Amino acid sequence: MSELPTHELLRSSLDHCVKCTICETACPVSNVTPLFPGPKYEGPQAERYRAHGEDAPDSSVDYCSGCGLCTMHCPQGVKIAELNAHARYGLKQRNGVKLRDRLIARPTVLGRLGGPVAPLANATLRARPARIIAERALGLHRDAPLPSFAGRRFSSWAKRHQGPSTGTKIVYFHNCGTEYYEPDVGEKVVGVLEHNGFRVEVPDQDCCGLPLQSNGLFDDARGYVLRLARALAPHARDGTLIVGNATSCTLMLKREAREILGLEDDPDLTLVSRQTYDICELLLELHDRGELKTDFQPVEEVVAYHAPCQQQGHWIGKPALELLALVPGLEVHEMDARCCGIAGTYGLKREKYQIAMDVGADLFGQVHASGAALVACDSETCRWQIEHGTGRRSVHPVELLHRGYRL
Amino acid sequence: MSPTLTYDVLVLGAGVAGLTAATCLAQRGARVCVLAKGVGSTHLAPGTIDVLGRDPELVREPADALPGFIAARPEHPYALVGVDAIAPALEWFSDCVEQGPQPGYRYTGGLDRNHLLPTALGALRPSALVPETMAGGDADDGTPVCAVGVRVLKDFHASLCAANLELGGLRARAVDVHLDVGRAEANALGLARRFDEPTFRAAFAARLVPLLRNDERVALPAILGLRDPHGAWAELEKRVGRPVFEVPTLPPSVPGIRVYDLLRAALRAAGGRLVIGAQAGSAEREGDRVTAVRAHTSGHETIYRTRWVVLATGGFDSGAIELGSDWQARETILDLPLRGMPVPGEPRFVADYFAHQPMARVGVAVDSSLLAAGTSNVYVAGAALPGAEPWREGSGEGIALASGHRAAQSVLEHEGAVSAA
Repeated sequence: MSELPTHELLRSSLDHCVKCTICETACPVSNVTPLFPGPKYEGPQAERYRAHGEDAPDSSVDYCSGCGLCTMHCPQGVKIAELNAHARYGLKQRNGVKLRDRLIARPTVLGRLGGPVAPLANATLRARPARIIAERALGLHRDAPLPSFAGRRFSSWAKRHQGPSTGTKIVYFHNCGTEYYEPDVGEKVVGVLEHNGFRVEVPDQDCCGLPLQSNGLFDDARGYVLRLARALAPHARDGTLIVGNATSCTLMLKREAREILGLEDDPDLTLVSRQTYDICELLLELHDRGELKTDFQPVEEVVAYHAPCQQQGHWIGKPALELLALVPGLEVHEMDARCCGIAGTYGLKREKYQIAMDVGADLFGQVHASGAALVACDSETCRWQIEHGTGRRSVHPVELLHRGYRL
Repeated sequence: MSPTLTYDVLVLGAGVAGLTAATCLAQRGARVCVLAKGVGSTHLAPGTIDVLGRDPELVREPADALPGFIAARPEHPYALVGVDAIAPALEWFSDCVEQGPQPGYRYTGGLDRNHLLPTALGALRPSALVPETMAGGDADDGTPVCAVGVRVLKDFHASLCAANLELGGLRARAVDVHLDVGRAEANALGLARRFDEPTFRAAFAARLVPLLRNDERVALPAILGLRDPHGAWAELEKRVGRPVFEVPTLPPSVPGIRVYDLLRAALRAAGGRLVIGAQAGSAEREGDRVTAVRAHTSGHETIYRTRWVVLATGGFDSGAIELGSDWQARETILDLPLRGMPVPGEPRFVADYFAHQPMARVGVAVDSSLLAAGTSNVYVAGAALPGAEPWREGSGEGIALASGHRAAQSVLEHEGAVSAA
């Protein structure tokens, strides 16, 4: 059982549970496997037995993917996913954390190792024998969707990039995915922001700690997120907004780190979380004020849009849909599936890969039925899973706006 | 700085009342946003549209009973919206179903006559407008019932249902279908997802047919598909060669989730926004107008500016109205004046759970256009309204639909008046 002070706050929410089962209807994992008995059973119900230091009778909470849809759908305000994150932490405290989980939860370490030798690293990651070895030795599923190292870093581009010297200052929180795997997405984010009159600053930054948190490595996660908060807080203090395209990482800064890691009282993180925006959230608000440029050229494309679970965890609806509707020519189909299955690092694991694919099957089927050649999605790990599951290319919604602007 | 978004109408609550009001308004061209802290009551309700079931005796013909019912209760939501407002709301809903995402699915019935439908416990429940998949359960039909349990579904006991139906005068018996679904137990929703697959329908029918006798109709728990209930129901009827009907189960309610899915699809098709997870906090006011609602979103508040508000947050059950330790009730978001509070010294609750509970009729005070007292731009719909006891009356969805529909009309009428001025 977790002894963090924040845990008591989370626990106090469980008395609001009326056992209505709405969380069960939202859970993507329990829908496809009995290994996870569902958020109500695992959360508010089992939590009562975890009180006073009693251990849960089994390790099924490890099969919670941490998507957070249960908390979002709960009409009574019970912090189901957050309680389960603590239960998972307690489980790992007792049982230990696998080497694999310690490795895949550190994207910056992997990025720094693999990035400089990208061709070799990518070839290795694509090579069947290497993947089989990795599966046997580490428990990393041989078919799991791993991204390719870009061989260059976004931050290097950002240092060279000559942006406008005037305009409203905004801080760009690019995440590890942008830094090591998809620097072009970051360049487009900067392009779209500059097109709309922002002066973009890219301070030195590191991982937000989300993968560590979701793997139950709370102490390490706390170190990472606080280091990031220290780097961003000076900017937040002068009122500057912080914007990110990795929707799960911005959610980590906004809410999850404070609620789950017990950092509600950290002044830097509190400030940063208030100033942090998801990129589509920011652009929609600009549009609402009449300040978003709408000089979009036609983009003739049929696009399926999937809102990742963590994007929905911002509790802001689906701003990407409103934004994509501004681009002439785009035919956007809103997907009605709950989750792509990957949940960060969950679907990479040997014992969870098939569960993740089964979760994603509904989305993959809808993508195929929509006839879309392209899938827009706000989270990079979800995009990799969608590409893996559908064979369709997947892009961040901002990439489509960038195309529409003809930047 | 908090992000600010501006709408014509902000609807609070994503149950039937809120989604109805929002969709009607969006269909008429208003920029609408629905804010809800979670999913609403749809997932818990049986998915039927109960308008008036008991007064207090069983009502067979709601259209005939409603005028007298309303005359005796001038503060009831039906009295406020008027009896003539109910039928158009039901028609609007039926249209939504037919144009909805579940191909071929439709509702049947209306105000002329209540169906008498078996519950999971084998009681009979009056309902006006019901899914086609349930209509075959009507107790006026004398055909014997075979209640079918599914072994993995612990929320429906066929023998209990059948035994109580017998007590109620129907001929009924029970059988159980044993089917491997890959897990020891499943809920109604899990089975419904399986029924969306044609191969599962065939396998289920193959197990069921040998258990049936001639001239029976088949009562199944409401598990006949989420995305394609019409297809699942029609195919099963064809395969078993007998009438098949669904009986609503304990939550999660599959027919209720279908209602949520189809209203949400109608809202999206009409261009409305839906924001789930955001809890409305404080409001900003100018005089008697609510001009904005601050919602708790992750990290910061988001300010939703609006010209009109429809409050459809529910009553005590959903936490929209609270009774404090000082025994004062309050509406928790906009702090609107309430009506129906028992006066000090009078009992607030009585011992019999199903008796007239004085507190139950507390709700937000409104005028006949559903405009909240003390405001000039807040309308109220659904269980937040005072004067009703839906579980005694069998009237919950009827009130939600009629008042949601009426609140939307009120906004449009007042909007027209404002524009004309």
